[in-house]
Amino acid sequence: MTELATSSRPRREFRNINVFSDLTGYRLPPAGFVSILHRVSGVLMFLLMPFIIWMFDTSVSSEISFARFKAAFNSGLAFVPGWFLKLVALALIWAYLHHFCAGLRHLWMDVSHDAVSKEFGKSSALAVLTVSLLLTVVLGAKLFGVY
Amino acid sequence: MAVNYGSKRTVVGAHYGLRDWLSQRVTGLVMALFTLIVLAQLLIGGGPIGYDKWAGIFASQWMKVLTFVVIASLLWHAWVGMRDVWMDYVQPVGIRLALQIFTIVWLVGCAGWAIQVLWRV
Repeated sequence: MTELATSSRPRREFRNINVFSDLTGYRLPPAGFVSILHRVSGVLMFLLMPFIIWMFDTSVSSEISFARFKAAFNSGLAFVPGWFLKLVALALIWAYLHHFCAGLRHLWMDVSHDAVSKEFGKSSALAVLTVSLLLTVVLGAKLFGVY
Repeated sequence: MAVNYGSKRTVVGAHYGLRDWLSQRVTGLVMALFTLIVLAQLLIGGGPIGYDKWAGIFASQWMKVLTFVVIASLLWHAWVGMRDVWMDYVQPVGIRLALQIFTIVWLVGCAGWAIQVLWRV
């Protein structure tokens, strides 16, 4: 401590970053992308929760409502076209997959000390992004009737 | 660095609170396992997924109880997460409180609706 106190070299100062002047040129590491996307996907699912429960409701309540559920995605619902509903569903699919994979990454880091390293942080973050995006493409192709 | 322990300890922010941290892990794990259980039931036997198969999954009592646990877990999990978000990005106490109240009302409302649907099957 005395060494620090008597040092004549000026110490670097770290201040809060500014959204407009600092954030635009800030290069986020893969783990940072996973982290902020974890939040974005969580908030997205939170806001779309009524839509999710509407899907659960109409798909599971009766055969008639099940048919209505299917029709909504093909020919639209009220003033909302079907393709838009599919797009919202696709966003939810991505959000769930990303949140799921990033959550497993969190749990893994909680139970394993080996997983808490700079290297694993990067490789596991890239794995989360890869797996969740690949699965989103596969399920999205199914949703839009590619196969 | 400013003193942030003792009477000056940090009591706000996303990374404060062991109980919140643990409950979010536990509820997350419950929902992840539930996802796998539903997927397994959907894919068992193959073939197209119609109404009977889909609704049949939620017809049994054990599945109803499990789904109920998942709805409760989701409520708790999302509360901790949204609270973290509000605490990190919304500094004015009044607005933050309003958003937290909105979150609780939103989540409890959604949970009630989901539970009602569940027991309608």
